[in-house]
Amino acid sequence: MDAILLQILNGLDKGSAYALIALGLTLIFGTLGVVNFAHGALFMIGAFCAVTMQKLLSLEKVALSETEKTPWGTPAEIRTPYITDWFGDFGTVLLEYSVLVSILLAVPLMMIVGVVMERGLIKHFYKRPHAEQILVTFGLAIVLQEIIKSWFGANPIPQPAPDALRGMMDFGAWMGFQAGTIVYPLWRFVYFLFAAGIIGAVFCFLQFTTFGMVVRAGMADRETVGLLGIDIDKRFTFMFGLAAVVAGLAGVMFTPIVSPDYHMGMDFLVLSFVVVVVGGMGSLPGAVAAGFLLGILQSFASMNEVKQIFPGIDQIIIYLVAIAVILLRPRGLMGRKGVMET
Amino acid sequence: MLEKLRNNDTAIMLAFTAMVLLGPIILAPFGAGYPDLLQRFAIFGIFAVGFNILFGLTGYLSFGHAAFLGIGSYMAVWSFKLLSMSVIPAIILAVLLSGLFALVIGYVSLRRSGIYFSILTLAFAQMCYNLAYSVLTPITNGETGLKVLSSDPRILDGASEGLPLPSVLGLRMIDTWRGSFLGMDVQFNVGFYFCAVILIIAFYISLRIFRSPFGLMLRAIRTNQARLNYTGINTRPYALTAFVISGMYAGLAGGLMACTDPLAGAERMQWTASGEVVLMTILGGVGTLIGPVLGAGFIKYFENIFSKINDNVLSGFLDFLPETLREGVVWVMGAFVGEGWHLTLGLLFMIIVIFLPGGLVEGFNRIIAWFSRPKGGDKATARVPAE
Repeated sequence: MDAILLQILNGLDKGSAYALIALGLTLIFGTLGVVNFAHGALFMIGAFCAVTMQKLLSLEKVALSETEKTPWGTPAEIRTPYITDWFGDFGTVLLEYSVLVSILLAVPLMMIVGVVMERGLIKHFYKRPHAEQILVTFGLAIVLQEIIKSWFGANPIPQPAPDALRGMMDFGAWMGFQAGTIVYPLWRFVYFLFAAGIIGAVFCFLQFTTFGMVVRAGMADRETVGLLGIDIDKRFTFMFGLAAVVAGLAGVMFTPIVSPDYHMGMDFLVLSFVVVVVGGMGSLPGAVAAGFLLGILQSFASMNEVKQIFPGIDQIIIYLVAIAVILLRPRGLMGRKGVMET
Repeated sequence: MLEKLRNNDTAIMLAFTAMVLLGPIILAPFGAGYPDLLQRFAIFGIFAVGFNILFGLTGYLSFGHAAFLGIGSYMAVWSFKLLSMSVIPAIILAVLLSGLFALVIGYVSLRRSGIYFSILTLAFAQMCYNLAYSVLTPITNGETGLKVLSSDPRILDGASEGLPLPSVLGLRMIDTWRGSFLGMDVQFNVGFYFCAVILIIAFYISLRIFRSPFGLMLRAIRTNQARLNYTGINTRPYALTAFVISGMYAGLAGGLMACTDPLAGAERMQWTASGEVVLMTILGGVGTLIGPVLGAGFIKYFENIFSKINDNVLSGFLDFLPETLREGVVWVMGAFVGEGWHLTLGLLFMIIVIFLPGGLVEGFNRIIAWFSRPKGGDKATARVPAE
């Protein structure tokens, strides 16, 4: 029982990332009808927001010490981050929690990136075939990836989680099992809670606000909403921005788990597309459910017991599931009937 | 005159053959006349011609064709290891095996169309890639890549001393005759001519497919598959045949790659490699005969040039600018060359898809139409495509 629970927990963090990216993808597909291959790049940009913020916060002021000397007899340098210099202890706390602070940077930045992308490029591709949408966004993904690469280099840049959230948590003891059987990194649990929060917020936004209601109406029948005198394009543009923000936040919070590098977006993109297809094109709950489901399946497949029976299954399980779903139930687990079934 | 040439298959074939066979001479002034690059032109030309049979004619966008390329490469290297260093069994086996894979993958993937087809092929290709890296290491040699060793049991020509090299009919693939033509250094390489002959044959087959009733059926699938289905035609066998043919082309290209450089690695199967062949086809012109070859040559040529340029070369180039301005220009341009070649590639890709979906061929046609159009812009005499 505890082994099963542990695998479920292990699958949650990747599953959360899949779910968040897939949520954005399917939001874009559901509203604008565009297949966005550059969505992984947005995830990556989010991750590099965290890197940038961390670099900014740890900019250091160099002063020469009056009392201490280096072994060479010159005055020792004292390096203090500007932020501590200005705000004292509060600055240290800020630096410590730089991952969380970078959310403040990521939200407006991703919104701008998303809106610029939609207005500047995607807008012109509504009427063009899906193949061309795939191709142009694929090109954009390459461009964004290469810009990040030339700026930050090709090596992964490790990001520390805040000290308080870095350790392990004894999940077993918490759940009433024997202590020490299910130990889980605390940050991954934070990531899961964060993802759940964001998913909940997006759903609430769509379900309980007038804006969300209009968007849902537009997803169901864009023309009629337009005929009723609502500028649906503007709202859809905002939704694209929102999807970008969701992907960006997923990237920001993911940095302590996997050190960000320039091709992380591509790696996640393929899997997230598979997740969207399994969940059902354009179905938001489907994307979220399939994201968690596939994350957990993947973690079960990487158990040693399973690998002994089917070697290599952990590498391909997601693709196998996707192939099975597309062939047996093309609309996906929760897709609407008739949406992109052929 | 151009109009006539465009519709005369014999003339097209003759012109194409001449261009390819004289490649080392024609391309020498552009600094592209050396064997390694010429071989790449021919190999990627074959790959793109094959991809065009699927994407250009039926409109099915496959994002997993690099898998067949990789399979072809592995098969060819295994043939070198087990059978003989002759390239002929190697490429025959490579084509057959990748055709077999294409049959299986195509049979499953072609049950869906549109974006689902793209994602299915992508999923299969990623599966092949992941497996080649992990479980299939005994066959693929994982990250190190598969190599030919002198100790391999070649049952047909036995173990030879020294590092064996691929050969055809006793000529080694790396043999090169150097000559000079109009004062230029021209290199005639066995490997290139071998690839070139195969490219010409491949191009001829593609031409025949384009002109055949089968090709017409494929075009009909692209135009309106639903209508075909309503008239009682089962389109799937046709699409599957096209898929297998283009998979075999990819396998052939992979096999040739192993012939010119007997090494196979899994990175050839990665989905960015699939994206590259899509790009070549689009850049040259989807659904046109010569387009994919042009696109492949264009990309490989500029890849070669751009990746060689570094900041020093650039500043030598821009010597005439004042110091401060030069540094700025070099900094900006430096992002696009050398390591940044992929950035240029991505930008090019976007620009082509946005402004010139018909590729270079459409661009040429537009330029020709621009000059041949009668003065005064009389729209009535402009050629209107028949519907």
